[in-house]
Amino acid sequence: MFDLFSIVQNNWTLFLIGQYPHGPLGGLASTLILAALALLLAFPFGLLLALARVSPWKGLRWTATVWVYVLRGIPLLMVIFWTYFLVPLLIGHNITGFVTMLCTLVIYQSAYLCEIIRGGIQALPAGQYEASRALGLGYLRTTIWVILPQALYNALPSLISQFISIIKETSLGYVINVQEVTFAANQVNNQLLTKPFQVFFILAIIYYLLCFGLTHLAGWVERRIARKRLGNGGPAVAADPLLAIDN
Amino acid sequence: MKHDFDLAAVLQGEYAELIVKGIETTLQLALFAWLLAMALALLLVTVRLTGNKLADRLVAGYVSYHRNVPTLVQLMLWYFGVPTLLSESTQLWLANYSTEYLFSVIALGLCQAAYFCEDIRSGLRAIPAGQTEASRALGLGYVRSMCYVILPQGVRNCLPSLINHTVLLFKNTSLAMAIGVVELTYATREVENYTFRTFESYLVATVFYLVFSLLLMGLGALLARRFNKALAR
Repeated sequence: MFDLFSIVQNNWTLFLIGQYPHGPLGGLASTLILAALALLLAFPFGLLLALARVSPWKGLRWTATVWVYVLRGIPLLMVIFWTYFLVPLLIGHNITGFVTMLCTLVIYQSAYLCEIIRGGIQALPAGQYEASRALGLGYLRTTIWVILPQALYNALPSLISQFISIIKETSLGYVINVQEVTFAANQVNNQLLTKPFQVFFILAIIYYLLCFGLTHLAGWVERRIARKRLGNGGPAVAADPLLAIDN
Repeated sequence: MKHDFDLAAVLQGEYAELIVKGIETTLQLALFAWLLAMALALLLVTVRLTGNKLADRLVAGYVSYHRNVPTLVQLMLWYFGVPTLLSESTQLWLANYSTEYLFSVIALGLCQAAYFCEDIRSGLRAIPAGQTEASRALGLGYVRSMCYVILPQGVRNCLPSLINHTVLLFKNTSLAMAIGVVELTYATREVENYTFRTFESYLVATVFYLVFSLLLMGLGALLARRFNKALAR
């Protein structure tokens, strides 16, 4: 028990920000930045894919479906290696581990975000679409002004849980030497050599506190939305049971 | 950069052997971890159903830990950390074996047990209490009402998420490469290192993962339909 405190005391900067300012930013800060950027950049892709999956055009629907199923069917590690190999070939110069991991997460999460947003869209009663079309709004306007605002609002709790998954997935960056908190823990472990259990236990606690807090935030948002919707007499959220989040 | 595509280069001789061996290990890992996870999940659900406050809390803590910590970190904790807690003689004895395989089965199994436990519990919880009451009122005992009334409905409720998490477990076996288990992803990296045929070797592994995942999903859909039909009769 005493070991834990002394390890934290001696290495807290490494866990928190890596070797910054003497080296690249790492540690927990890097993990959080990576996860937040990944969610932010993956969101527009997920949105477009979701719209493609519910669009009236067959070709578009089909392409998006294939994209989603392929990405849901292979391990994230495989996607990491593909990105590591293909992206430098495509853009012509090497990229850092951080950017590789970011690209990977954006590609991988676009499929999962697509399913979440699609779930939000399909949980809306068909009357919403019909009514707005009857009022003279076109397909595009109906989507932008009527469908999406409601669908995204309903999907908010799932989006927060997805952020938790992304945080956990950033740990895989360790495999390609991305400077983040799992990498930092391994550095600490390599320095100490004799206390692997304590070091990785600290790492587990860091992830646990972070993700546990966010889980509660998601629960709170969900209850709030449910309460609000109760006032409007809207539909219950249809959680997509076919969507396995978490990694 | 020109890259002449040649799938045969990675699918022959020792490379093919390596990949086949990797596939075997992946499937074995998935199977053993699944069995461990399911057995433990059933145990955990039973503990939660007894309604003991303390036991309930403990199981909830177990589930929460395994769902909020990355699987990779759990693997590292087991593989690097846990052996150092054992006695010196046990450590020496363990050093004779390839512990990475054993510990990855344990870590993956324990992690997935948390997901399975939640799946089964929410499947059972979705059944209205009236079902139990009605079957008890009809004179069925606890065991019979469980076997004939509650469980058939519960299994049907939790089947989709169980299948999903089985696919997740299958995909998670690739994480075992990080601690040195020679499963498919590791083997693919080896083949790539020897042949420099990155595209081909990744393609083989990706296609295998994809086909097997889709197979599992398809099997799940088939099972779900079976159950629904059996219940509709």
